[in-house]
Formats: sequence, C-alpha cells, structure tokens
Amino acid sequence: MSTVQKFVFKHNPGTIHEASDALETGDLSSVKLCEGLIDRIDSVDSEINGFLSVDKDQILEDATASDSRRKNGKELSPYDGIPIAIKDNISVKDQTCGCASKILEGFASPYNATVINNLRKNGVVCFGRTNMDEFAMGSTTEFSAYRKTSNPWDVGRVPGGSSGGSAAVISSGQALAALGSDTGGSIRQPASFCGVVGLKPTYGRVSRYGLVAFASSLDQIGPITRDVEDASILFELISGHDELDSTSLPKSNFNYADLHDEFDINSLKIGIPKEFLEVQGLSTDVKGAFEKSISIFKSHGCGIVEVTLPNLAYAVSSYYIIATAEASSNLSRFDGIRYGNRVDKSSDLLDIYLDSRENGFGEEVKRRILLGTYVLSSGYYDAYYLRAQKMRTLIRDDFNKAFSACDLLLSPVSPISAYPFGSVSDPLQTYLSDIYTIPVNLAGNCAISVPTSFDGDGMPIGTQLIGNFMEEVKLLQAASWFESVNDIGKQT
Amino acid sequence: MKFDVIIGLEVHVQVMTKSKMFCSCPNRYGSDPNTLVCPICMGYPGVLPVPNNEAIRKTLLAGLMCECNIALYSKFDRKSYFYPDMPKNYQISQYDLPFCEDGKVVISGKGLSKEFVETKPIGITRIHLEEDVAKSTHFRQCSGIDFNRAGVPLMEIVSEPDISTPDEAYIYLTALKQIMQYADISDCDMEKGQMRCDVNVSLKSPESPTLNAKTEVKNLNSLKAVHRSLLYETERQSEVLEGNGQLIQQTRGWNDDIGETYILRTKEDAADYRYFPEPDLMPVEISSDYLEKLKKEVPETPAQRCARFIREFAIPEYDASVLTSNKSCADYFEKCISFGSDAKKTSNWTMVELLRELSQANKTFDQCPVNPENFAELIKLIDNKTINGKIAKAVFSDMFSSGKTALEIIDEKGLKQVTDTDEILQFVKKAVESNPTPVQQLKEGKSTALNFLVGQVMKFSKGKANPQLASDMIKKELS
Repeated sequence: MSTVQKFVFKHNPGTIHEASDALETGDLSSVKLCEGLIDRIDSVDSEINGFLSVDKDQILEDATASDSRRKNGKELSPYDGIPIAIKDNISVKDQTCGCASKILEGFASPYNATVINNLRKNGVVCFGRTNMDEFAMGSTTEFSAYRKTSNPWDVGRVPGGSSGGSAAVISSGQALAALGSDTGGSIRQPASFCGVVGLKPTYGRVSRYGLVAFASSLDQIGPITRDVEDASILFELISGHDELDSTSLPKSNFNYADLHDEFDINSLKIGIPKEFLEVQGLSTDVKGAFEKSISIFKSHGCGIVEVTLPNLAYAVSSYYIIATAEASSNLSRFDGIRYGNRVDKSSDLLDIYLDSRENGFGEEVKRRILLGTYVLSSGYYDAYYLRAQKMRTLIRDDFNKAFSACDLLLSPVSPISAYPFGSVSDPLQTYLSDIYTIPVNLAGNCAISVPTSFDGDGMPIGTQLIGNFMEEVKLLQAASWFESVNDIGKQT
Repeated sequence: MKFDVIIGLEVHVQVMTKSKMFCSCPNRYGSDPNTLVCPICMGYPGVLPVPNNEAIRKTLLAGLMCECNIALYSKFDRKSYFYPDMPKNYQISQYDLPFCEDGKVVISGKGLSKEFVETKPIGITRIHLEEDVAKSTHFRQCSGIDFNRAGVPLMEIVSEPDISTPDEAYIYLTALKQIMQYADISDCDMEKGQMRCDVNVSLKSPESPTLNAKTEVKNLNSLKAVHRSLLYETERQSEVLEGNGQLIQQTRGWNDDIGETYILRTKEDAADYRYFPEPDLMPVEISSDYLEKLKKEVPETPAQRCARFIREFAIPEYDASVLTSNKSCADYFEKCISFGSDAKKTSNWTMVELLRELSQANKTFDQCPVNPENFAELIKLIDNKTINGKIAKAVFSDMFSSGKTALEIIDEKGLKQVTDTDEILQFVKKAVESNPTPVQQLKEGKSTALNFLVGQVMKFSKGKANPQLASDMIKKELS
C-alpha cells in the first residue's frame, strides 16, 4: 500500500455534500476547507503530480469572500465556498489554460467558460488546474507535456486519462471534486482507475463554450467526484442550455432533487450488450467485477436482458477517424501567431508555422493531427471520414434499439485496470482499450463510472452504466442505488 | 484567329448586419485596427461560433432576388488553410449544401466601352455564406493584421460561365451591386472591400468544343479593374494560343498600376482545403413557412422599379434607368414626386443638378443637405413661375451649401421672378433703345438678335424677368 493511499476515503469532509452541510451549520468555513486541502496538496502532490498549478492566494481570496457572504446570510447557493478542481482545458478568466501543452505554455484565458460562470454564480471556488494528457489526447495522462500523474492507489501506475489529474487529486484527498472532459472515455476511465465516480453527460447538456476543443462532436464536460450524490450536485450546477454553444440542448437543466424521486429497482431493466463480454483483452479481474455488478442488480430484483450492439467492432476505428479529423482542424489555430508559443528563428511564414508546431506539440498530438489531416484529405474523405460518419449513425441506431428493450446498459469501463507506467507502449493497443467508453460518445448518450471492486493488485475497478439520451435522472438513480448496496471491498 | 471568351465570376459581398457572423462584435468599417474583436473572432482556445440569423436571412433574400432555389436544409463546413489573416486557420464556409442555388441575373445596358449589351440572363450557380478573414497590411519590415474584418458575414456569389465580354462582366457586377443595395443586403462599396471579385476566364476556338485551360484572377477591387484585367487576360491568352503555346490552369494576381496580371500559382500547387461539416454548428433547416414569409419581404428589383417608373411617372427609359441604378437616388426621386413635383422636371433636376452637387461635394443621397420635400418645392417654384430656371440653379446651389429652403433664399435675396409686364416693359424699352444694331437685325428677320435682346432684358432685371414674357414683349415692341 502506498503512503498516499492511506488517506484515501479518510478525509473529512470528503465530499461536496458533507462540506456543504458543515458550511451550513457553521462547523466549517470555506477558508478552513481550502486551507486543509492546500495542506494536503503540499504534503502529497509532489508524489501524485495531479495539479499543474494551484493559485493559493486567489483560492483563499475567493474562500474569504464566500465566508463573508455566508456570514451575512447572502450565500449564493448551498455550495457557496465549495472548492472544485478544474481540468487544464477549461477556461477560467485570467488563469493559465494550457491543456498540458507546451504550445500554450503561460497562456492565460481572457474569458470564463460557461461551466465556470455557472459554478461562480453559485459561489464555487475554482481550485487549481489539474493535469491531463496534452489536449485530452491519451488514456494515461502520460502525454502531459509537464509531468506524469501517479495513481494514488499505487504511484507506480497510471491514473488513466485524459482527465487523470482530476481523478487522482480527488482519490488522494487533495480536492473534493473536479471537472473533467470526456471525448472517448476521458472522465469515466480515470475515474475507474482511481476509484472515484465519473459522469459523462448527454452530448449537449453541458455547454462546451470555453472547453478547448479536441473533437467538437464528441467532447463533453462532466464531474469527477467521490460519490454519485456529488456527481449529481455538480452536474446540476454546470448543466443547462447555453446561447454561446449552438450544439447545447434546449431545456437541458438537470434537477438534483429528481435524484431522490422514488426509485424501484424491481421495475428497472438492465441490458447487457452480449458483445461486451467477447471483447479481446478483457482481463479476468475486470470481467469478474462486471459479473459481480450484474449479479448485484439481478439479486435485488432488477430485470436483466441481453441486448446487442452489432456494430461495436467498428466503434474504435470510426471514433479515431472522426475524433482525429475534428482534432486536426480544431488544433490548427495553435500557430504561435496570436497567442501561445511562437518559434521565429526564421522570418519565413511557413517556417514559423512548422517550427512553432513542431516544438509546441507532443508526440501523441502530432500523431493524431497527422491521422486527422490524412482522413480529411481530398481523395480519402469518402473512404474514411464519410464512412466513419455513416458507421456512427449505425452505432447510434444500435443504441436506440438496445434502449427499446431496457432502461440502462451495464458494462465495464475499460478492459483492463490501472497498469504500471510504460507497460503499454503501442498506441493502437491503448486506442483499443477505449472500446467500452467510445461508443457512448459516438451515440451521444450519458454514462457513469461507479467504483465496484478491486483487482488482484489492489487497483480499483469501476462499472459503467449507460443511459439513453437525456436520461441522467434514471442513470444517476441507478448508480446511486448501486453505490449504496455494493460493498466495494478492500484493497487486497 | 478569333476566340470565344468564357468568363465566370466569383463575387464576395459583405453582408450588412449589426454584429459579425459568429460573435457579437460590431460589424463596422473604419474603426481603429483590432478594436472590434473578441475571443471568438480572434479564434481563441475554447470559443464556439453562434450563427447570425440576420446574415442568413439576408443571404436567402439575395438568393430570392437572384431567382435562386433556396435550400430548406443546409449546413456550414470548415475550409482549412493556414494564413495569418485566418484566426482559426480554417474558415467557416459552406461546401456542398449552400443556401441558394440555380438562379439568374438578367443584364442589359451599356458597359464600360459604351457598347450596348442586349438583354441576357447570367446564371447564378450558387450563393453561400461564410466569414470574412482579417485584413493584412504589408509594411517594409513586417506585416500587420487587423482582425476587425475577421468574422464579418460574407456571401460568395458564383456565376455560371455565361459571360462573354468584359463589358458583360461590368454590367453583371453593376446589376449585382444594385440588387444588393436594393434589398439592403450590402452597400457594395468596393473601396471599402464590401464587394470583391475573382474572375475565371478561358478561351475556346469557335470550331472546337473544348475549352482551353482557365485562368483565375483574384482580388479585383474595382469594376474598372475587372474590366481591364479581363481585356488583358483575353489578349494574353490569345497570344499564347496564336503562338501555338500551351495554356496551363493557373491563378493570377492583378497589378492595377501597370495594368497586368501576374502568376500566383499553378494547378499543381492548388491547396487541399479538407472541407468537412462544421461540428460546432447544427445544420440550418428553413421551414417553408419562413420561406413564404421571406418571399413577401423581397423588395422590387432595380429592373422592376425601372419599368414601374416608366409606366407610373411617364418618364423616358433613359431617365428611369439612371434614377433606378442607385437605390437611394430612386428613393429620393420617388419621395420628391410624393410632394407633388412634376416627374419629368424632377428627373432632369435630379440627374443633372442634384447629382452634380452631390458628386462635387463627395456626398451620398443619404447625406444630401437638401431633403426631398425642399427639392420638390424648388421645382414647384419653377413650375409656377416664381423663379426662372436660371435663378433656380443659383438658388439650388445656395440651398445645397446653406441647407436653407428655396423660399427662404428667394425672400432673402429678392429673387422672385418679375412677371409684372409694366416692370418688364421698362427693361424692354431700355434694351431696344440702347441696342440699335440688334434691333435692326431683328427687324430684318435674324432670330439670334432676339436672344441677345432677351439677354439684355435679363441683365437689366438681374435675371429676375420671365424670359418668355420678355421675348414676347420685345417682339410686340418692335412690331
């Protein structure tokens, strides 16, 4: 057991709702809460490396302001003064927003993302910038240009990614909750690897305005938290229609209160996509955890049906065509001309572009830009991009058909649990491990990863619940129920 | 050997809107560089575009004015290329589903070389909507980029290759400009870059069914430059072909100072724009209800208005076409008529005096210091013989510079026309007495002598005598 892990789940308060209660009763102040967490950062983050930066002065200033609001009975919400860690690809005005990339080194965003405005309206304190794979491209956070984040359960292992920093700081007690972003599993997979909860909302429920785009049609901001209740709270705070995001859904507000509506496990029907058990490389431990969660639902009277996602085999390849195509275009703005790092050892314009991008982007980002540029090139568009889009439609249809037979789908999050640094070096193998999370982004549904058990090495394993379009209430109710009845067990 | 000339035009027109295409920055010309910008039009990390519905409405209106089919389902696409004037290094444009397709603009009239072009329809292939790029200015040591223009809504109007002469191109562009002005879509001020033109030109021998390789000439920013570059290109390509040379497809620039085109790039260097659907924007669906409503808002076209002026006001075709060539001119004219001035006289005065004063003062109709009501009053004062035409010109000049009404000036300066015969008689007698030779000549039947004597009367009366009365009275005096 690592020294860091000893603190896991022992921190008090450890969740948004506990902290909110303590603030309400006056047992806790925002300053005290933030100071406690900062102390924790000072003692453990040199080992975890979950944060890229923490502006302590700003945090304590915001916390002080919150405390005085509360003192005067003018708190903005029950969550006034609650600190939330922010992934480094979400814009906070005047704070660095570098996407863990050298090309944006020192870049401070001139505006707030809509999610940040929504949090601030409720008095939430932005609490540090969390590490990630550069521009959210990766599943291990190893592709950060700055540092490797360690898994708090075993610092020799990856925390998952790309929101690995967000998941690791919560899991190691350095933050109550965090915002992450999920393009192909980047919230759910690190949540599963680090033993926390990660929600990817339905595409369009949370504004993307201010999220530095990786793949616009797949990206979605979501909460990473210690429990489902917190995920629901944070989701309520950040969701809703936004005029600044044309793809945001109308009337997309989520009511946290709906979570506590009557829920009857007996009337719930869970679908198990039969292809999910046939996935190559599915580890025995993950399979075991998956079977455990099926049996929990079954034993409590939930209906279990077999469903099929016949086009699952094409999901990963379609995803890596669409996501890289969009990424190659989204990342073209990083040229060193208007902001970010410019390398101008030559006065030739083309050289400035080439040198700035060569120097500014890391290996994985370059790989994906190349791939995306290729699939959009004249003569290849029809063979790749267009076919991938058609496949995406078929996959969406598969989900629609599956949901006509059940309320939610149950699935592993990743075929493997957290692995040692450097043990997976083939990018293709890493891409393939996104098989359970990617289809959800392609279809636009919502899904959540909930801690389920541990593997033989003592690493956490999560289970994924997938909900239909806009059905977060049902999803969170079932997840909350599962969390309450499941005994996660102990690290062995 | 004489070749057939095949010309097609790609015209960019900035759409007049309050804000830019995808953000809320003002869409305005002439502000200090980089003052009308925000994270969105500067392409900062994390921003998203939100389409300007007014720009879409005006694009559809342009399509309806040009008799296009309007797409009920359309979308935006990204066009990728790297250049510092492009904030995102891709431009949000439309690729395969433009808002408007298959229209036409009917042209006729005189081109720049004064040759008359008979009525001819020029097909419109498509009209699509995109965002303008920033404006680059190149200095000796460096280049400057003004992002005020980045994100201004920009229509691209692509014509069929139906144009056969530089004159037709000139007339077509003039017609497009009028249409845009009529529907309040754009002022199309080419000096301000509100209308810019690329031309495609290729030659074909009359016996051969196949075209020779085409040349695209880019960034022509005056009607004259379009005309001149087409003349130049036609000549250049003819010479190559006549010398048994081979033309290769290429893009050329235009040097206005020396009046020549020059090579920019050949087809081999053509960019791959890697178009794909803009994932940040939803497809645009236009309901048939909305389209029907919009059809009712389509204003009269310049051609329709010209025909109506001939019919309604009984003015000559020439007058009507001059008046309607500029929407604000036509508006001004119609306003005057509504105040009861005579149509033909108003037309003459508008075309001659008013246009002259405006051009001398470098003003547009909107800035005209004489409003239509006062202009109509002036014309009515000539009609009811309060002043004569000559004095009216001086009065008008005064009105234009001082902003006073005609009556104010006439009163102030005592310019009222003398129609009192007793008063005129005295001037007539004086003229006859002091000019015996012309009097003798007139008696001998030399009519020019009468003009001289009338002139004398006018002189004595300081221009206020009614010239017709003076003429009649001289004749009577000498009979």
